[in-house]
Amino acid sequence: MAALDHAAELEKAGANVSSRFGAMLFLARSYPLGAIGAVIMVGFLATALFAGAIASFDPFTINARDSLAPPGGAHMLGADFMGRDVFARIVYGARISLAVALGATLLGSLFGVSVGLMSGFIGGWFDLLVQRLIDIMQSLPLLVMALVMAASLGPSLTNTIIAIAIPLVPSVARVIRSNTLSLREMPYVEAARAVGMSELRIAVSHVLPNTLAPLIVLATAQLGSAILVESALSFLGLGVPEPHPSWGRMLSESAAEYVRTAPWLVIFPGIAISAVVFGTNLLGDAIRDMLDPRQRC
Amino acid sequence: MAAVAPGAAAQPSPSSTQVLEVANLQTYFYTRGGLVKAVDGVSFSLVRGETLAIVGESGCGKSVTALSLMRLVADPPGRIVGGSLRLGSTDLLRLDEAAMRDIRGNRIAMIFQEPMTSLNPVMTIARQISEALMLHQNLSRGAALVRSIEMLHLVGIPEPAQRAKEYPHQLSGGMRQRAMIAMAVACNPEVLIADEPTSALDVTIQAQILEVIAKLRRELGTALILITHDLGIVAETAERVIVMYAGRKVEEAAVGRLFARPLHPYTSGLIHSIPRLALMRRESGPADGRLLEIPGMVPALSNLPPGCSFAPRCAHASELCRREYPPYEEKRPGQWAACWHPVVGDSGG
Repeated sequence: MAALDHAAELEKAGANVSSRFGAMLFLARSYPLGAIGAVIMVGFLATALFAGAIASFDPFTINARDSLAPPGGAHMLGADFMGRDVFARIVYGARISLAVALGATLLGSLFGVSVGLMSGFIGGWFDLLVQRLIDIMQSLPLLVMALVMAASLGPSLTNTIIAIAIPLVPSVARVIRSNTLSLREMPYVEAARAVGMSELRIAVSHVLPNTLAPLIVLATAQLGSAILVESALSFLGLGVPEPHPSWGRMLSESAAEYVRTAPWLVIFPGIAISAVVFGTNLLGDAIRDMLDPRQRC
Repeated sequence: MAAVAPGAAAQPSPSSTQVLEVANLQTYFYTRGGLVKAVDGVSFSLVRGETLAIVGESGCGKSVTALSLMRLVADPPGRIVGGSLRLGSTDLLRLDEAAMRDIRGNRIAMIFQEPMTSLNPVMTIARQISEALMLHQNLSRGAALVRSIEMLHLVGIPEPAQRAKEYPHQLSGGMRQRAMIAMAVACNPEVLIADEPTSALDVTIQAQILEVIAKLRRELGTALILITHDLGIVAETAERVIVMYAGRKVEEAAVGRLFARPLHPYTSGLIHSIPRLALMRRESGPADGRLLEIPGMVPALSNLPPGCSFAPRCAHASELCRREYPPYEEKRPGQWAACWHPVVGDSGG
């Protein structure tokens, strides 16, 4: 057996990492797909935050002369029927997607965590009742559920967020509940009782922080589905209303008429949606692997 | 609402101050398998600064006794069905849950068996110690942190300010148990219950932890209830011993007396089952150098025999033992036992 190169082995294990940047680089090398996901997400975030600086055109300006202008030329990614710059609309559309994705995921997680924690901690008939309600909600697909919610609430940005958040609640509640059930039997919960803490305080300060790891993984995955569902709702005309540029509506406006004559109207928003959803999924998988100690080296 | 201010019971009285009095405690479990009398008529009292050991085999009701004192028995299936628990002048069984929470961790505290899992993995050591302080002494977060570091110093953790910021997984088992002790004594309780505080630790660490507990008892005047099955620890640490069998108290005496002249055949059996150097060198005891064991097993608590619960395993058992439970009485001055045929003569060592 050849002598081991200790320095090389140590480097492989990340022993030479000292700075924060070095640690990030090491993580990126350990989870290359996750790094790609992270880069996509950072790009997405930056696009949404600095939309004004990135797009040279105003996404709302109608210009009949540029109607259906092809990519290249003044309009990098072409222009739609009303002559609005596709690139600018995609860039500004990132804001809508981000607002809806973050808003719906946060709102859904907030409700899901409260419901799951209460259900797991109180138990008994309360748990039974809540779990059957969740069964009912989960028997409908996410999109169908969101469709019903959106249709009954009416189209607006806030309503779209609510319509997507509510169908996200059951899965969060399930995960938190099952974790709570095992965590509440932990000796440190008993120890907290012996210190004189109330059940509510134990639930919030001892059980909740221990459920955060699976919650983060789930929330990342839900970020992607929220973006997808928002696009679908907007595609069906139930999502974010005009004049907000939404990727989903950009597809629906052009899919029927222009898919043959002006394919760039469909291709570029489609790529935007796919890339961001792909990014959240890659990042979510990497975070799950990182937080799962059995897979960590 | 706290009916009695903390410390009210610690007023000096002419005699030695009694902090805890347990009278005829009965904790039953209502299970599918039937009624389990986990603790049946246990009584004892505790004076300030005293160490009382409760010993017995697994399942004899030691831990349930401890949990009953904290009123932490899971209900259902368990319930304290009778007796009284007096902590100073407070009747613990009459308090509502909120008032009981004011007592727990404040006037009566507990150290658990498992240092590995009794600390929350996602909270720093300091936060976990601070919780009790913020809860019972209305300290601010900063003041509680300072006090936590003092407590860590008190239990002998080196570099307490540094350790306070760490998470449980960064500490060794012994250090964690020290942190658990710091958490338990943070509010200077009158009674500290240590439920097998050292069984999860290796022998050298055990000695250190016992030393820490003994030091705290001396310095803070806390009365200690030590629950263990390790008679070596009892001999070293305790002043008085209660021997429990099948949920009942079978013998009680000062530690020296109990080891020297056990009355109950069960106590005698326990003492004889400790390995001894003289025995191994075949200088005394059975000629083959084997340890004596108590034959048989602890009977199922849900189906106890009508007479003495130990009778099926006892060499001295008579018809009377199998028929009637023996009265618990003072057989020798200061030594109580429940047995029809107590062991006579010097049988211990």
